[in-house]
Amino acid sequence: MIYMDNAATSWPKPDMVIEAMKNYYYQAGGNPGRSGHRLSVNGARMMYECREKVAAFFNLKDSLRVIFTSGSTQAINLVLRGMLKPGDHVITTSMEHNAVMRPLRRLEKAGINIHIAECNREGELDISTIKKLIDPSVRLVVINHASNVSGTILPVEEVASISHMFGIPVLVDASQSAGSIEIDMEKMGIDLLAFTGHKELLGPTGTGGLLINNNIDVSQIEPLVCGGTGSRSEYEQQPEDLPDRYESGTANTAGIAGLSASLDWINVRGIPAVREHAEKMTIKLIEGLSDIKEVKVYGVKNAEQSVPIVSFTIKDKTVSEVGFKLDEEFGILTRVGLHCAPAAHKTLGSFPEGTVRLSPNIFNTMEDIESTIEAVREVALS
Amino acid sequence: MNEYSVILFHTTSSVMQTEKVLKQEGIAVKLIPTPRELSSDCGISIRFNKSDREKVEKIIEVNSIEFDSINDLN
Repeated sequence: MIYMDNAATSWPKPDMVIEAMKNYYYQAGGNPGRSGHRLSVNGARMMYECREKVAAFFNLKDSLRVIFTSGSTQAINLVLRGMLKPGDHVITTSMEHNAVMRPLRRLEKAGINIHIAECNREGELDISTIKKLIDPSVRLVVINHASNVSGTILPVEEVASISHMFGIPVLVDASQSAGSIEIDMEKMGIDLLAFTGHKELLGPTGTGGLLINNNIDVSQIEPLVCGGTGSRSEYEQQPEDLPDRYESGTANTAGIAGLSASLDWINVRGIPAVREHAEKMTIKLIEGLSDIKEVKVYGVKNAEQSVPIVSFTIKDKTVSEVGFKLDEEFGILTRVGLHCAPAAHKTLGSFPEGTVRLSPNIFNTMEDIESTIEAVREVALS
Repeated sequence: MNEYSVILFHTTSSVMQTEKVLKQEGIAVKLIPTPRELSSDCGISIRFNKSDREKVEKIIEVNSIEFDSINDLN
C-alpha cells in the first residue's frame, strides 16, 4: 500500500506520537487546571510544555497566546466569528478552503462584506490584486499559506507587509504548510496563525490551535465557546486571561501529548530536511505525470513554490474512476473530488469535476513516487 | 518548622510558567491546591519557602508574569 493522502490527514504517525498518547493516559490522566492533585498537575505541565513548543516552532514570543483548538477550522472560526461585525470588510483569496469560505459566507448574510483577490489559473496570487482591494476600511485579511488542492504557496509575507501599511491584521490558514515549510510569525508578519496538528505536523486528529501575536488586542476577538476553565471559578463571566478566555471545557489532553511528541519528531529532523525530500518528490511527480499524454496537472509546476500536493485529471476518465482503480488495483490511496475547496477548483479550472490529489510526505520514498506515476500511466492507458 | 509563602494565579498556564522559571532559578517550589482561606481564582498555587520571598518577587517581575497575589502562610 502507498499512502498518498497526507493532505487529508498524515499517515502513519511516528511511534513516539502514539507512545506519548498512551503514556499520557497511564501517567497524567488528570484534568489540567481543575484539581490540585498530582495527575492534574502532570497534565497541566504537559499542556504548558506543548504550548511552549508550539510557540517556539512558529516563533511566537508569548506562549500564553497559543490557544489550543480542535484544529484549524475551529481556530479560523474563532477569529472570523469573534472579530467581524456587520458592515466590516474582509479580504480573502480565490484559493481558500471551505474552512475559510463557509464561515465567511455565513457572516456575509449578517452584513459582512467579502472581497476576493482572484488568483491565476496556476493558483498564484499577484500581489497587485491585493493592493487594488485594500483600503483602511478593511478589518481583516485572511489567506491560506499553501493550497490543499494544488499545493501552491501564497506570498504571505508580502500580503502581511501591505496589510500592515493600512494597519490591517492578517490571519493565515497554515493547515497545509505547518510542518512542511518554515513558518516564522515574526519574520513573516503573521498576526494570527491557524494550524492543525494532524497533517504535516504528524500529530493526532483533534489537535491544533490559534496563535495570536502580541500586537493583537484580544478584547477585539470574542470567544466562540464559553464555559469552565478551572480559573476564576467564583465568577459566572468568562475570564479575560489568556489562554483561558478561548479554552473552555476540558482540553484534548491525550491529543496534545501526541502533538507535543510530533513536534519533537519534526524538530529532530528539521524543516529544511523535510522540505528537501518533499521538493524532490514533487518535482518527480509533476515531471512524471506531465509526461503522460492523457494527464493534466493543475496548479503551479514549480516545486519550490508548492508543498507536496499534486492534483491531476485523466482525459475521458472521471476522477472517482481513477481514484478507485488506484486504490483497488495498485493500493495507492488518494483523495478525489473537490477537497472541500470549490473556490480553489474554480480558480484552477477543475470545477465541478474536481481532481485526483496526490499528497506524499516524509514517510514516502522516491520508489513510491515512481510506482505512483507508473500506476497513473496504466490507468490512463486502460 | 518551615515557614511558607504562596503565590495565587488567575490561570493554570501562569502557574506552569512560573513553576518552570522558579525551578530554573533554583527555588524550591511545590504546587498545592489553593488554600481555601486565601480564596483564589485558580485551583493550583505555588508554595515556596518564605525566606525566598524577595528573590521570588524579583524573578516574577523580571519575567513579567501575570499573578494574583503573594501571601505568607500562617
